[in-house]
Parts: sequence; structure tokens; C-alpha cells
Amino acid sequence: MAFRARAFRTASRLAPLVLVVLAIASCGGTSEQYPQSTLHPKSDVTRMIDGVFMTTVWWALLVFVLVEGALVWAILRYRGKPGDAEPAQVHGNTTLEIVWTAIPALILAMIAVPTVRAIFETYEVPKGDALEVEVIGHQWWWEFRYPQYGVVTANELQVPAGRMVTLKMSTVDVLHAFMLPQLAGKRDLFQQRINTLWFRADSSGYYSGQCAEFCGIQHWAMRFHVAATTPAEFDAYIAGLRQPRTPGGAAAPAPAAARADTTASMGASTGGQADRRTGGQAGAQGAGGADGQIGAGAQAPAGQGQQQPPMGPAPGDSTSPAGQGAKLFASRGCTACHALDATSSAKMVGPNLANIGSRRYIGAGVALNTDENLARWIQNPHDMKVGVTMPNMGLTSDQARAVAAFLRTLK
Amino acid sequence: MATSAVGAAHAPAIHPEKTGLWSWVTTVDHKKIGILYGATAFFFFLVGGLEALLLRIQLGSAENTFLSPEAYNQLFTMHGTTMIFLAVMPLSAMYFNYFIPLMIGARDVAFPRLNAFSYWVFLLGGLYLNASFLFGAAPNAGWFGYANLTSRQYSPGPNVDFWVIGLQILGIASLAAAVNFFTTIVNMRAKGMKLMRMPMFVWMSFITQILLLLAFPVITVALILLMFDRFFGTMFFVPAMGGDPILWQHLFWIFGHPEVYILILPAFGIVSEILPVFSRKPLFGYAAMVFSGVFIAFLGFGVWSHHMFATGMGPIADTVFSLSTMLIAVPTGVKIFNWIGTIVGGSIQMRTPMYFALGFIAMFIIGGLSGVMHASPPADLQQTDTYFVVAHFHYVLFGGSIFALTGGAYYWWPKMFGRMLDEGLGKVHFWLMMIGFNLTFFPMHFVGLHGMPRRVYTYPAGLGFETMNMIETAGSMVLGFSFLIFLFNIMKTYRKPANAPADPWNGATLEWALPSPPQEFNFAEEPEVHSRDPLWETKRERGGQLPEPQRVSGAGIHLPNPSYWPLLAAVGVALVFVALQLLPLLGPLGVVVAVLFLFFSVFKWAFEPAG
Repeated sequence: MAFRARAFRTASRLAPLVLVVLAIASCGGTSEQYPQSTLHPKSDVTRMIDGVFMTTVWWALLVFVLVEGALVWAILRYRGKPGDAEPAQVHGNTTLEIVWTAIPALILAMIAVPTVRAIFETYEVPKGDALEVEVIGHQWWWEFRYPQYGVVTANELQVPAGRMVTLKMSTVDVLHAFMLPQLAGKRDLFQQRINTLWFRADSSGYYSGQCAEFCGIQHWAMRFHVAATTPAEFDAYIAGLRQPRTPGGAAAPAPAAARADTTASMGASTGGQADRRTGGQAGAQGAGGADGQIGAGAQAPAGQGQQQPPMGPAPGDSTSPAGQGAKLFASRGCTACHALDATSSAKMVGPNLANIGSRRYIGAGVALNTDENLARWIQNPHDMKVGVTMPNMGLTSDQARAVAAFLRTLK
Repeated sequence: MATSAVGAAHAPAIHPEKTGLWSWVTTVDHKKIGILYGATAFFFFLVGGLEALLLRIQLGSAENTFLSPEAYNQLFTMHGTTMIFLAVMPLSAMYFNYFIPLMIGARDVAFPRLNAFSYWVFLLGGLYLNASFLFGAAPNAGWFGYANLTSRQYSPGPNVDFWVIGLQILGIASLAAAVNFFTTIVNMRAKGMKLMRMPMFVWMSFITQILLLLAFPVITVALILLMFDRFFGTMFFVPAMGGDPILWQHLFWIFGHPEVYILILPAFGIVSEILPVFSRKPLFGYAAMVFSGVFIAFLGFGVWSHHMFATGMGPIADTVFSLSTMLIAVPTGVKIFNWIGTIVGGSIQMRTPMYFALGFIAMFIIGGLSGVMHASPPADLQQTDTYFVVAHFHYVLFGGSIFALTGGAYYWWPKMFGRMLDEGLGKVHFWLMMIGFNLTFFPMHFVGLHGMPRRVYTYPAGLGFETMNMIETAGSMVLGFSFLIFLFNIMKTYRKPANAPADPWNGATLEWALPSPPQEFNFAEEPEVHSRDPLWETKRERGGQLPEPQRVSGAGIHLPNPSYWPLLAAVGVALVFVALQLLPLLGPLGVVVAVLFLFFSVFKWAFEPAG
């Protein structure tokens, strides 16, 4: 009875410890709550990494409970009272010391074996029909090139779910780190050397990542997003990017249904799509745009905008805001740093804008791509992202809105 | 700092305790230098803490604009640099200075004037680094200063110059001190104090000096290369010209990982002193404690690349560094088990120092376990550069080092200042610090695992970071407040008479045989040691507490003369580096003048009669 009472007291004293452990175990949350979490892997490689990590977690929890428990027990059990005699002067115990050297070594072996296996697996880039993407870090934005398709984009990457993707990564300036927790993990980017990551996304979804190596004043505002889509959507996306675009000109039609699906799925996961579609002329265009064409960016060549269904002003029309914007874009030197053509192979200082009209964010994730934000950015990017390379071009707010209207037509 | 004035009342005339500002400026007494180190380091600790609180306010809510991006980057760089080089290392140096000679039964360190020189160089280096704030140009590239962000091209301002030069100045202080303590421990132990009878704090300090001697030359080389890149246009770390930023990472972490043990081993030593005294029982497994410390230090030089798993070193290198890192957990575990073994079977006296020592064990276990988690490179690929790592190293360096250093302050305060700190306030300090610390840093594990990177000045809403960051910020305020309690305790104690007994805790080591505070010459007669816990042995032989030691005249005891040349030489060192930074303004003439001043000071120092 006395023993049980004492055991109960000890147990009740250890209860807070157990509660802490349970609280820890329940902090995983869901992917919706934590869209950039490493604890919700959405690809083969991140699931493998998660498996290794969870192995370490369970061993660590076991050790934590046992050792902290022993510590708390010892403190409670051997609490001295006034007048206690001097305790036995024990100097050590060889057997015990050998045992508690050996047990941690064994536990570490249990962690080391899956670790070493996973190390080799992460470096082993699977062969086969992989989609290759060149990832190029810039202060402070991301360039994504698809060498197999000859197109380039920025800050928002689209990949087909279920297909192997290999990322070949480097930087043009300082070190960056590509961090895409749910799909790919993390690697540093260097000049003059290619680092690789690979992954196969489980299913369609919209994933969040960012730079993880301190790279200067706007380290945080170097975010990116990855849309995993169906293969058909991906093909349509690539086909859309391959249409030539010039200021004052526009792209040839892209398959409408597929483009519509793409935008819809990209918007599905957080509802950001709704934000960028509110306000302004672009907002008036439904994603399912009429008779085979989506958005002004997919319109016929310059000067023929009138033949299109009513989807906002044509770029070539110098009286519409978008038309004025196109002219400003060309005359104010924007083209010195930004290519509008996704097929352009030129190495540009600024992000490619071929599909800027349909990206969810601007400024490498610094703000949602609303018409208002876009115009504000164009007028003075430093206002939203101090230190950004893009200069203030001295546009009036009307001019900035016109350029924004033009950019909105690029989808 | 006026404790010596109080001590003077007791001391007869022959060795009067020297007082006044001049006595501090010219002192070569290891105890005064220790107090100077402690006061300076504690000041910088408060500065670094305030910097941290500003960072936490900025991160308290999503897309906050409390700090500008530039201010944030300067503050997080200076927080790390300050806490490592200006707070934790010199707080350890305070204990080295004050207690190594006392614990080994010596009258002073081996090179008393070099000791003063180390302190002054440290002080000037710390002031130099912080002077950058006056120009709005504090270092802003992180305490790790990764190339090639630190190149002139990407960091054109003077910010990184302050960093690269400030750290070199501090490196000189650390190296000079390490030579000094290494020599002191090797040569100046009392009769009978064999290596395997040294107090564990002395042992861990001894290992720390060896780490310093081996690690600091590496960072010095790296800093000199970087300085050449920035000042003279070399290309060591410029990739476009064939340089290699990864070379910087290797050099930095060959220094940087041993540096971690430089920060934690003295803490191990302090805890290993406190636990036996307040358990009334000797340290469990002394030999294992010594060898595990040596083993940790040795392995500490073979694990640096675990900071670089994300650079893509290849599977072989990853495997080697992963396994060597995991191996370190074994001797570390041995230490933790031996500490628990020390209190098991003891008669635990829950006094304030014991609270901190036990808190240290509890927190250090957590830091050790998260360390094993990112010893696994695949897991580390997700965790590195996220707040998970921030949580890990704060559990090691705050939950570990700072808890132990604070416990050491409560433990040794009566010896250093002749006054007992208030026990009640001490316990309030402990509990607030414990709660604040865990509120601040425990959620960082989760916010990191949920994908929040380090060194970002803000984060967007919607990624699930908001709640945990808010808790962390609230916790940091509690943590900061706990040190206000400590300051209040110091002030309150300061008003009381300096009447602490020589041996308030029933100590085991030699310093407790001396009056509190000890006289300038420490030991009137050189002690002789026959066991690991010499004072306990003496008390046992004499059957109880010893009588209060009397202050004696110390006539005929040879002590080194005070000197201001160490200070002037230190000023010379600082001037050389300042002239270097101002090279574009002053031209080479400035450097020449500064070097001449340095040579002159060293020359005068060398030919000054020592005593």
C-alpha cells in the first residue's frame, strides 16, 4: 500500500512531463494551417526525409522522458533535510558507467542506419523521363528555366504532379538556398557549381518556398511558389509560355480549357486567385474566357484587339490604359531589364514577365498580385521592398496604373 | 566593484588593498581583472539581450514594421556576435581569471600583465564593434559572415569592415588569454595537485584553452583573407574570379564548431562544481568526466561540416560528418548521466546555485536531443537555416551556458564580493528565467519545422507562424525581466555589509578556504593538496567546519607591480586596426604611426621591472 501510494505520488509528479510530451506530439497541425511545413510532406523525397526525422523524434522522445524523468525523480527523492547525516561518498560505478556509455551508442546506431541510407538516396537523382528545371537565384528573386521546352519564368514554378522533377540550381550573385519543405527539402546555391534537388509531387497543389540562406537586406522577400498540376495543365502552361509576346504585340491563342484549369487549380488551395482578380479591368475577365481565348495576353496581334470578345483594352490600342502602358513599358526602359517573351534566352537583370498577369504574387512574394499592388510596385518598388534592384522609374500614378494594366494582359 | 575598499578595513598595512580608478586601470591582479571581465561581459550581455528583445518585438506579428530591414539585419548580426564574443566567452573568462588560480592554489596567473593586456584588448574590441552603431553601420552580414555576401561588391559599406576588424581584435585577446591560462594550469598548480586531482572546472577550462589555441588561428586566417579581399582586392572568396565561398564556410566552421565547445565546456565545469557541493557528495565518475570532456573537444574538430550539409558535399562527406557528429552525443550523454549520478544518493540542498545547475541539466538535455536530430543530414536538409536550429542552439547556449554561468554567479558571488546574494530573489530569478526561456525558445522548434527560415526580418501571414511567434515574443519579455530581478538582487546586496563567511556552502575546493573576498596574494602559505576535494578532506580530518580564516599581513609575499603598459599596448593594437580601416582616409602613414605606438608600448612593457 505504501509502495503504491508512493508510486502514485511519483507518477503524479511526473504527470506534467507526460503532458508536455503529449502537447509536443500534437503540435503537428495540418498542411492547411502550415502550408510551408516540413511535417506535411507531399512528395516521395520529402516523405523519405520525414521518415528519417520521425525516427530521430521517437528515440529523442524516449530518451527525453527517461532522462528528464530520472532527473526529476532524483531531485525529489534525494532532497536533503536539515540535520541529515553526510550521504555515502560514492565516487563512481564502473559497470553503470559502461552501461550508460553503451546504450546511447546503440540508440545512435538505430538512427545512423536509416540516416546513411537516406543520405545516399537523396543524392541519387533518379534516372528517367525527368522534367529538368534550372533554378537561378538572384538578389532577391528566382529565375526558373525549362531547358527542355526553351522557356523561362520567375518566382512561380509549375510542374506536373507525379512526374520526376530535377532542379539544377545555381546563383548569379551571393549564396542563396532553395527551400521547398513540402516537395523538395533544401539546398544551397553557389556560382560556378550546380546543386541538385529532385522530387515527384504526389498530387496537384500549390506549394510555398523561400530563400533560406541569408542573402542581404531582402532575404525574407525572396519567396517562390510551386504549382503542381495535371500533365495536361502543365502542357498547356508550357504552350502558353511559348507564345511570343512583345510590348504592343501579344501572344497567339492558347488552348482555352487547359489554361482555365491551370489558373483555377493554382487558385484553389488558398483563394489567392480571388484577390488578384478583384478590381481593375483584368478582374472582369473570367478564367473561363469566351470563345477559345483567355485574357488579353492571349489576344491576336497588335491592332486587331477589336476583333476579340470584350476582354479589356488591347495592348496595341494607344488610347486604352493597357495600350498606353505597353508604350510606357517600351519607352521608359523597362525592357532593359525585363523580357516579356518566355522563350527569350537573354540573361536579364530582372524577372521575365511573360505571365506576370497571372502570377499570384509580385516582388518575389512581397505582396499579392492585385492591380493596386502592381501599380504601387511599378511606381516605387522600394516602397514595398527596400533595397530592391529595380529603380524608381519616376512614373506618375496614372502611368503606373497604365503599365500595370498592360502587365495584367500578360498571362 | 568597491568590495576591495571594504576589504581594506580588515587588511593590515603591508599589502594594503589598492583602491580607486587608477588601481583598476593598472591592475595585474587576476581577481580584479576577473571582475573587470565580468562587469564588461555582463554589460555586453545586457546589450545583446536588448538587441534580442528588439528582434523579438519585430517578429511578434506578421509583416511588422517596427524595425527597418537594415536595422533588423544589423541587430541580429550584432546579437549573435555580441553574445558569443562579448558575453558568453568573457563571462567564462571572468571565472577563469578569478577562480583558476584560487582553485589550483596559485598566487596569480602565469603572466599577470599579459592577463591585463587580454582584458583591455577585449574591452577595446567590444567597444570598437559596437561603435559601428554610432555610424549607423553595424555589421549586417550575420555572425557567420558567409562569403561572398561579405565581399566589397555586395557589402560596400563599412559594416563588414567593423566586423572583420573587430573580430580580429577580439581574437588577439582570446589567444593571449588562452596562452596564459594554459601555462597557469600546467605550471602553477599547488603541491600535490596532480592533473587528475584538479577540480572539474579547472579541467574543463584547461580543455577550453586548448580549443581556443587551436581554433582561433583558423578564424584569424579566414578573417585576414576576407580583409585582403575587402581592402586590397584579392579574390579568395570571389567565385567569378576563381575564389571559393565554400572555403570561407570550411574555415569558419573549423573554428566555429570548436567555438561551441569553447562556450559550453566552462559551463560543464561550473555545473560539475555546484552539483557535488549541494548534494554533499563527490562528483560521480570523475575520470569519465575528464575523458568525456577531452573526447568532446577532440571530436569537436572533426564535425565542422555538419553546419554545411545543405551545401551538397556529396554522400560520403555527409556520412562521415553525420556519424562523427552523432558520436559526440556519447560522451555528452556520459556527462549528463554522471551529473544525475552525482545527485542520486546525495542530500540535495536546494539553494539558488543548485536551481540553476539542475535547470542547466534539464535544458541541456533538450538541446542535445535536437542536436542529434540534425546530425542526420536528410533531416538537417529540412531543418538547417530554420528556427529549429535557432531553438537548438539557444537550448545549448542559453539553457546550457547562460544557466550555468548564472548559477556560477550565485555560487561564487560571496567569494568575489564578500556578500551573499538574496536567496528568495535568486529563486524568483530562476523560475522567471526558466519559464521565459522555454516560452521563448520551445515554440521555435515548431515554427522552424513548419518552415520559418532564420534571419528573416518578417514573415507573411498565412503560413501559420503568427501564434507561436507571439508566444516567443511574450516569453522573451519574461526572460528579459528575470535579469532585471538579478540586477535588483545585485543592487540590494551591494548595500549590505560585506560579511559573507569564507565557506558559505560547505565547499570542496581551495577557494573556500580563503576569506571572502580573498586578499591580493590569495594564499598566505602555499597549500598542499592530497585529494580531489581538498577542503572536504581537511574538514573531515578536523571534524567539522573550519574557523573563519583571518586576514594576514602577507609581508614578504612577492607580487607583480601594477602597470599601465598592458593598457597602452592594447590601445596600440586597437589603433593599428583602426588605422587599417581608415586606410583610404589616412593612407599608410596612419598604420605606421599606430604600429610604432604599439612597438613602443610593448618595448616599455618588456623592460619595466615586473616587481
